[in-house]
Amino acid sequence: MMRFTTLVKNPADWMTGEGADNAIVLTSRIRLARNLKGESFPGWAKKEQRRHALEVMRPAVEALPCMKDAFSQELDDLSSVQKQVLVERHLISREHAARGEGSAAVIERRQSIALMLNEEDHLRMQSIRPGMSLRAAYESLATIDEELEQSLDLAFDHELGYLTTCPTNLGTGMRASAMLHLPALVLGDQIGQVLQAVNKIGLAVRGLYGEGTESLGNLFQISNQSTLGESEETILRRLERVIAQVATHERNARDKLLEDDPEMVADKIGRAYGVLRHAWIIDSKEALNHLSLLRLGGDLGFLPTETVKSCDALLMDIQPAHLQLHSGRKLSPEERDSIRAEIVRSRLQSLEAPDIGSRRKKNDSPDQNPEIL
Amino acid sequence: MDCDICGKQAKVHLTQLVGGQIKKIALCDNCAKEKGVTDPTGFALAEMLLGKTGGKVSTPAPFQTGATRRCGGCGFTLDDLRRIRRFGCAECYTTFHDEVSQMLRGMHKGTKHCGKVPAGLMELHARTQRLEELRGKLDLAVIAENYEEAAGLRDEIRQIEIRVTPATD
Repeated sequence: MMRFTTLVKNPADWMTGEGADNAIVLTSRIRLARNLKGESFPGWAKKEQRRHALEVMRPAVEALPCMKDAFSQELDDLSSVQKQVLVERHLISREHAARGEGSAAVIERRQSIALMLNEEDHLRMQSIRPGMSLRAAYESLATIDEELEQSLDLAFDHELGYLTTCPTNLGTGMRASAMLHLPALVLGDQIGQVLQAVNKIGLAVRGLYGEGTESLGNLFQISNQSTLGESEETILRRLERVIAQVATHERNARDKLLEDDPEMVADKIGRAYGVLRHAWIIDSKEALNHLSLLRLGGDLGFLPTETVKSCDALLMDIQPAHLQLHSGRKLSPEERDSIRAEIVRSRLQSLEAPDIGSRRKKNDSPDQNPEIL
Repeated sequence: MDCDICGKQAKVHLTQLVGGQIKKIALCDNCAKEKGVTDPTGFALAEMLLGKTGGKVSTPAPFQTGATRRCGGCGFTLDDLRRIRRFGCAECYTTFHDEVSQMLRGMHKGTKHCGKVPAGLMELHARTQRLEELRGKLDLAVIAENYEEAAGLRDEIRQIEIRVTPATD
């Protein structure tokens, strides 16, 4: 069985966009909710009942081929920092971390498949991929679902589909989502319009950590709301279409910003670079917002392309619990802000200042943008 | 005459007028008691013969109102549902069927599952649909007073039910 330190030692492929175009769509994620027949749902079950459900599920989950040598722990056996690290990595939910006895997490070695046992539902299974890859994420989870069906008696109704604790998840029990980086739509003041349109189609837009969280670092999550009355295929197809459209809007907005106001863009990216390279005290919010601009700079050619990857790794590593894990002790908010600044400075040490000239060389038609010079 | 449910000697004979059609049913002592036929107001012949419960051995729990309604599976009450807007177990969806319908209004794109079905339930799913079909035919046969055909259909339904029931328990 894998240990916690081994699990979190390296970032997952999906965290740094390994092998995928993640300039705008960072990650794709599918979550399936499943419950056991004849067992009270976790939120209503008594302690012994939750335990019993866990004893039924855990062997089945650990026996999954993808869970060979996986990380498998009861949440009660993890420290609060360890739980928080898993939350920051999106491997368990905040709700799950808050649950007590009888809840467990089983996470595949590469951190791309994570199963929560006794969350709001008996089983919440999740698959994450880098870039726009909802289909592949769904397929890997559907296989796991079919494997689990063999050994677990799942609650299913011919009318209502998979039965869930909350009726908002009935039917497919599927929540598909993508994390998007939309700095140009924010800078160009078009974000409200775009998100409103997405909402109108019946899709939800949320901040970095899901339900009820504010958007930080210009990161937005788009997901389906309806789970009943449509097949998985229909839901995925609509979501793919909308996400592709939003990504196109962002791409166009980036082009337009460069065309209309390259000085403003250069200024924003330059300032972000300056702060991150020279700050000695920085809180999460400030760091995330500057990293967002640095990431944009990497994509637009002001900074080397690898900057995007460094930013993505930092987004994960500068979060409070990750900092405490890194330091090996509990930190006060003040200490965290200093250590955060230290980590950011050291990671960006060899990053040269944004160069407008170098960006221009990457542009195929320099004559169209003489003002950049 | 034989009991329409178990085939034993029938003791109770009922006649009911449903939608202008006369429906007749014969029951043995045991089945009559089990179906609550002794209380004529609480018994719908048409429902039993043609409806959802048609011929099934189990009868729905007697209807309880308001806060006292309680899920037999987990003890969850209607009050709990109103308070937390979530359910206590899978069986709650049957216990609070009417409330579920109400809650689902406008919540999703539809009210009927169109997605994936567990592989193990595919066969059951097919049988459930076959049962619905046969019950529809039985309905027509009874209306046409074609009792010979009705008896044949009833036997076929019974055969399928014997196979369905152990699988759902």
